[in-house]
Amino acid sequence: MTTPPPPSLSFLPSLEVRGLAYAYPDGHQALFGVDLTVERGERVALLGPNGAGKTTLVLHLNGILTAGAGTVAVAGLPVGPANLAEIRRRVGIVFQDPDDQLFMPTVREDVAFGPAAAGLRGAELDAVVRRALERVGMAAYADRPPHHLSFGQRRRVAVATVLAMEPEILVLDEPSSNLDPASRRELADVLRSLNVTVLMVTHDLPYAMELCPRSVILSEGVIAADAPTGELLADEELMRRHRLELPFGFDPTARPTRNPGGH
Amino acid sequence: MHVPDGFINAPVSAAAGLVAAGAVAAGLRGARRELGEERTAPLAGLVAAFVFAVQMLNFPVAGGTSGHLLGGALAAILVGPWTGMLCIAVVLLMQGVLFADGGLTALGVNVTVMGGVTVLVAYGLFRALVKVLPRTRRSVTAATFAAAFVSVPASAAAFTLVHAVGGTTDVPVGKVLAAMLGVHLLIGLGEAVITTATVGAVLAVRPDLVYGARGLSVPLKLRVGGELVDAAPAPRPAPASAGTRGVWAAGLAVSVLLAGFVSFYASASPDGLERVAADHGLDREVREHAAADSPLADYGVRDVQDARLSGGLAGTIGVGATLALGTGVFWVTRRRRTPTATGTARPRETV
Amino acid sequence: MGAGHAHKLYRHGHSPVHALPAHTKLVAVLGFVVAVVSTPREAMWAFGAYALLLAAVALTARIPAAYLLKRLTVEVPFVAFAFLMPFVVPGETTDLLGVTVSVPGLWDAWNVLAKGTLGVGASVLLAATTELRELLLGLQRLGLPPTLVQIASFMVRYGDVITDEMRRMSVARRSRGFEARGVRHWGVLAKSAGALFIRSYERGERVHLAMVSRGYTGTMPVIDEVTATGAQWRRAAALPLTALAVCLLGWTL
Repeated sequence: MTTPPPPSLSFLPSLEVRGLAYAYPDGHQALFGVDLTVERGERVALLGPNGAGKTTLVLHLNGILTAGAGTVAVAGLPVGPANLAEIRRRVGIVFQDPDDQLFMPTVREDVAFGPAAAGLRGAELDAVVRRALERVGMAAYADRPPHHLSFGQRRRVAVATVLAMEPEILVLDEPSSNLDPASRRELADVLRSLNVTVLMVTHDLPYAMELCPRSVILSEGVIAADAPTGELLADEELMRRHRLELPFGFDPTARPTRNPGGH
Repeated sequence: MHVPDGFINAPVSAAAGLVAAGAVAAGLRGARRELGEERTAPLAGLVAAFVFAVQMLNFPVAGGTSGHLLGGALAAILVGPWTGMLCIAVVLLMQGVLFADGGLTALGVNVTVMGGVTVLVAYGLFRALVKVLPRTRRSVTAATFAAAFVSVPASAAAFTLVHAVGGTTDVPVGKVLAAMLGVHLLIGLGEAVITTATVGAVLAVRPDLVYGARGLSVPLKLRVGGELVDAAPAPRPAPASAGTRGVWAAGLAVSVLLAGFVSFYASASPDGLERVAADHGLDREVREHAAADSPLADYGVRDVQDARLSGGLAGTIGVGATLALGTGVFWVTRRRRTPTATGTARPRETV
Repeated sequence: MGAGHAHKLYRHGHSPVHALPAHTKLVAVLGFVVAVVSTPREAMWAFGAYALLLAAVALTARIPAAYLLKRLTVEVPFVAFAFLMPFVVPGETTDLLGVTVSVPGLWDAWNVLAKGTLGVGASVLLAATTELRELLLGLQRLGLPPTLVQIASFMVRYGDVITDEMRRMSVARRSRGFEARGVRHWGVLAKSAGALFIRSYERGERVHLAMVSRGYTGTMPVIDEVTATGAQWRRAAALPLTALAVCLLGWTL
């Protein structure tokens, strides 16, 4: 166990996970000592088969679950009961089910929720909301109730609700699940245009390839591999061992990553 | 069955409204303790949505008939008495306002009878049984069954009492009680079976979620790099001392029951109140009824205008007396229980 | 999916009734129902007057009578109960269509039916002309504790989501050839209910996470504030005040 370094900011990694282990109350252990560092500005894909512990890991990042053993730090700030509020502002999690995230009656109120809770009011609040919605291309839907939107639109609004908080790191849980190809591409465009650290949890390998220069594989509760996405996906042996399969006809060596990386 | 408008007279409805408001206020405070300050709204909201949905789940009995869960006992055991009561109250409120299911003026009666009495009786009994029985999962099951079973006729009895005090109909108390108890003993049996099975299903998968079974879970062991380590204690909002809560629940249950009995006796001898009514000239029509000289004259007297007044006053007096008595009982029992309330750490059995 | 409005009872419209702020309508309906409940049952004409009042409101709100009548079926269980009364209430009896019934029982049945129906009618009109969200804001405006209103809004927001989950579970059961036919199958249904609880609770936790991740500390930031003008109050008061007048006449006549 390492003690967290003093917060001298910008050189600190956005996310640092050390020796994280966790078991659910029913006794099922999901994480067996995870080590992961994400540098500022990186876009990293967290890959793994179903049940590998991906979502469990995500819930540790902003202190929803408390580590059974090990530590998590966000930009140097350790995740713990003392600084939960600040941690949760810094870690913007976009949950898999946008219905969980959009709990307010209208899109505008939902996006405003975070900044308003932080004390923003009036014109300033409106500006923040508009900007966040514009970043995801949903400004025209501000006054609609979330449940009237399509699934893809809801997911983009969910991203906006988190962006409005200006997070240090954006964590997306299965961002491409349940999206039709057009919504999928629109979301990818949105994510590429954002200038924030991204940790993307997914088993959608082409999507990881498209958006993230670096990938890690979480398997059986530990980080089993950590390499540039193209290399990882090309390693057939490794992929097979961790139950990861590329879609039929997809060749990871044929397509360059569309994102040059670092900002 | 939700009581509609016009079934219980205005004063008693208002008194029940006050009781319900008190119950909801207590529920809000208690729920914050059970769920944690900031988790209250989303969790209670979702549990209320669950109760709302599960009431629509049909359990076929036989020959095309079916029943459904009332959910008071279930909610109390799964999420705790205060949250449970609060959720039932919210469900009733929304059913009344949105679906016109249950009258607006009868909202207080509905919340008191279906939210308050059901939940408190269920949880009080549950708690008492769990304390007495050995600390195993089977005890939780047995206690759940008993609690759910008793809660339904208890709520029916409470309704009968409210009806006896402020009912606008002349159905004799004995008949109402017999009919209500008869039907609700049966319903209670169904409620008990379903509640027990449902709690059992939750216990099997997420025992930590069952409020009534807290303290039965095993401390976790984690395997890190092949070695077993103790997990940090689970991050639960600190539960209020179970002892105090039990006493609270029992105290409230007692006071609600007392409310019924005191009001009942107050209304059984309403002569004094009738005199007041007569002196104020409120019984003009009553005399006409009395003049009819039928054997029902007394019903006429009891029924028409002043019965509303007398019943209402009786109800109000009943509630006041109840609160006083209930508070007294609470203080007495609390003083006696406090020293032992915390000493519950007994050797556990394997579950 | 949660298509359509969160509550199907609302009928979109632009009538003067729709335009009133929710809290004025809530007060009006409550006042109306209290007046109805307080009216002596012997004043039968008064209940006719109340029904006319409701009809006038429905007309102003352009709510079709058929819709209103259909919604009144909520009280069917109590109608059945009311029909028992002439047979269980002791007292002077009379012959009605060849059946012996008790007179006070008939009065009781009339009383419960008339008042219950008027109450349901008023509530249905309220729900049909007021959007759910306004209704909740109205309740808050009337002093309902904010936490209670929050709980109610979450219940409403997720009621459909959870009911849908329940429906999907039922479809899944039936697709595998399971049809609940009797008490023997309660175990399976209870397991579904248990699973539904776990899902609901976990969703509650996830919603809570989504909220705290955005700085929620227990109170909802107030973004919209509803107010009512004096004219609006006066317009809303027309219903309960007329009802009060009818009620008082019912007592004196």
